[in-house]
Amino acid sequence: MPSVRFRLNGAETDIDADPDRPLLDILRGQLGMTGPHFGCGAGECGACNVIVDDRAVSACDTPLWSVTGKDVTTIEGLGTSERPHPLQRAFIAEQALQCGYCVSGILMSAAALLKRNPSPTSREVKEALDRNLCRCGSHNRIVRAVLRAAEEMAAG
Amino acid sequence: MNQQPAPSPSALPASLAANPKLSTWLKFSSDGKVAISPGKVEIGQGIVTALAQIAADELDIDLSRVQMIRASTAVSPNEGVTSGSLSIQQSGRALRHVCAEVRRIFLEQAAERLGIDIDALDIEDGTISGPGNVRTSYWELAQEVSLDRDATLSVTPKTVARRLLAGNSIPRIDIPDKVFARPRFIHDQALVGMLHGRVLRPENTRAKLVGLREDNVRAVVGLVAVVRDGSFAGVVAETEHAAEAALNALRKGATWSDGEPLPDEDDLASFLKAQPSESTVIGEKTAASPGTAARTIRRQYTRPYIAHASIAPSCAVAQWAGDRVHVWTHSQGVYLLRTDLALVLKLPVENITIEHMEGAGCYGHNAADDVALDAVLLAKSAGGRPVRVQWSRQGEMSDAPFGAAMVIEIEADLDERGEIIDWRHSIWSNGHAARPGRAAQPALLAAFELENPFPRIVSTNPPQANGGGGDRNSIPLYDFPSWHIGSHRLTTMPIRTSALRTLGGQGNVFAIESMLDEIAVERGEDPVAFRLRHLRDERAKDVIRAAALRAGWKPEKRPGIGHGVSFGRYKNTGAYCAAVAEIEGAEDISVRKLTLAVDVGEAINPDGVINQIEGGAIQATSWVLKERVRFDRRRITSTSWSEYPILRFSEVPEVEVEVIQRPDMDPVGAGEAAHGPVTAAIANAVFDALGVRVRDLPITRDRIIAAMELT
Repeated sequence: MPSVRFRLNGAETDIDADPDRPLLDILRGQLGMTGPHFGCGAGECGACNVIVDDRAVSACDTPLWSVTGKDVTTIEGLGTSERPHPLQRAFIAEQALQCGYCVSGILMSAAALLKRNPSPTSREVKEALDRNLCRCGSHNRIVRAVLRAAEEMAAG
Repeated sequence: MNQQPAPSPSALPASLAANPKLSTWLKFSSDGKVAISPGKVEIGQGIVTALAQIAADELDIDLSRVQMIRASTAVSPNEGVTSGSLSIQQSGRALRHVCAEVRRIFLEQAAERLGIDIDALDIEDGTISGPGNVRTSYWELAQEVSLDRDATLSVTPKTVARRLLAGNSIPRIDIPDKVFARPRFIHDQALVGMLHGRVLRPENTRAKLVGLREDNVRAVVGLVAVVRDGSFAGVVAETEHAAEAALNALRKGATWSDGEPLPDEDDLASFLKAQPSESTVIGEKTAASPGTAARTIRRQYTRPYIAHASIAPSCAVAQWAGDRVHVWTHSQGVYLLRTDLALVLKLPVENITIEHMEGAGCYGHNAADDVALDAVLLAKSAGGRPVRVQWSRQGEMSDAPFGAAMVIEIEADLDERGEIIDWRHSIWSNGHAARPGRAAQPALLAAFELENPFPRIVSTNPPQANGGGGDRNSIPLYDFPSWHIGSHRLTTMPIRTSALRTLGGQGNVFAIESMLDEIAVERGEDPVAFRLRHLRDERAKDVIRAAALRAGWKPEKRPGIGHGVSFGRYKNTGAYCAAVAEIEGAEDISVRKLTLAVDVGEAINPDGVINQIEGGAIQATSWVLKERVRFDRRRITSTSWSEYPILRFSEVPEVEVEVIQRPDMDPVGAGEAAHGPVTAAIANAVFDALGVRVRDLPITRDRIIAAMELT
């Protein structure tokens, strides 16, 4: 079995697996990570979004080989309760979810946005999250939370 | 402390009457915590937090001491199903009484032990203290006090003024786990030795499995078992990856019958009206002095089948030990699921333990229960190892029950002054309830597929006393002098339907509030004033006035912009909600803003109420603008997010919610209050902008063009 090497949440990682397998399958099935969620398996809902280098991608339709040598960040690498990412703090402050199943993917899309655009407008946040689906209707809270995190980051 | 004579058992809140033992609801643990054990489950609505607030308030303990126990048939009170916006009403009331009584019992014990008059004692964060610096605590006394006794309702819960937590927007206790992605969902459950299962289902509706070649499957590395029982077939494998590979191989070896025909999706109204049905008179009112009809307006409204479309595919884990099985599920009713599993497995219920774990947001009876039976059946071949089964997106969108399509016809007789003198409302729809655990037959999908199958359940409607089903919200809240409300429930069911948020409420409120709007506009009367003139209930009028005021009703007319108003009281007995919609557009419309006012009585967690109303309003907007289950004559075709689109971030309206707090009124749920009012408000706003009435949901470009051609 060929080996694929990439950095996962900052740690060098070697995976022995069929390189055509979806990244999500490796993260959840082989590495036991439960942050990225399976929603559709077709890259249509964003529940499994992770950041590859600087872009949010759906892990369910990203083949393992395509992340060779790249930086992969999952929600597990975003922050912890001891050292939360400003987005995580903001999602709690805004109570920005109902069921929360979509949120780990949404946080990753938002984190990628704030990296390339630290002070987005509300419209830009919505555009960045447009490929993430939320069924409970928490959209407006989520947008507010992302804007709040951006402000907090700008204030240092 | 206010002592009252013990009331008759019938006065107990329903959940408490069914589960009177105090220890069922509450236990003090040795580590200074209190375990609260409700029978209702978290489905993303924040119920667990609201119940914790109620418990902490009555017990005088800090919220951080409350541990909320997930519902399980092993330990929890049986509170039926988490549905109908009843959790606060049922579980909340029960817990409030239980905790008030437990507090009193401990005070009595402390008074005896400390030799101090009970009225001189006080409790702060669980520490009981009195004059002379004497103190003890719940936890010190826990060994001396047995809570294995029945609730008496002899203690009055705290007055509103003395509650510290209820009525406040306490942050939800489940949110940190979800934001930090700590495993909390059933999908993330990892048990030792856990295997993975997948079930094979036909593309064509109700096709039977007539042949199955297993040779290709056997070659899959990691395969543990192929299971077949009649048309039920599935695989068990060491990994999820292997289970998927085995399922694909199995699908290639399967031969299916043609299945059963489906109706014409473009003529649902004719289909629903032509089917055999059971007719019920839902309500009748006779005028004291009937007026003379100058004319009659007759309108027909429809809504399509709507999918739950939960963001996660349904999932369950099952593990057998001899003839006992343990099931982890996101079902809304652990006891009800147990009843049905017992019927299918022909086992006593005691052999089955059902434990709840959270799934993705759930809006009624989706596939949570079906996948639990799938897991139980597959796990029989797993040699005692746990088996996790997860449906596919396609399965979730085609095999789970849908919200039922509806046709609603309203006839209004108007007198010579244009006043409504008689109102007739008729509904044709499949039943809106086929939940497990309610009938002599199981309601679980795999049960219909076995070699010795159970008959397919045809959905029924809950009685009006429980809010009704297809007829929910069909009795007008307006003071028309007379009316006749009739419901025709189909006795055939080619497309599987069951409970979806509001049941028939969304369709009926859409119809009533659209018709009222039409009559008001025709009279040249302001639709807000028209509604207020026909209402007697001040709480109803208050939400309408509040929403209108907040939305600046009625904003000045601008080209391409429309405003609509609507009102409903969920189930006619629950939360009051009024909505004002602002829409923009011509053939393609977008909803810019929704302004809502809601009255849920005592709002235990106001931000939780706002979150539910916002979510309901946005989901309803999605239903109205986009959603429609698609099918051809053989199969459901809307099996992915591209074929069943829902509202996206860029399409979501601004939503403003005003909560009218009524702390002295019994609290009711908020989860289903917004759907009906928002639906009709959008439709009325479309008329305001474009001058056309769209009476068939969803309100899409095609429907608007069709309505324009009719005008």
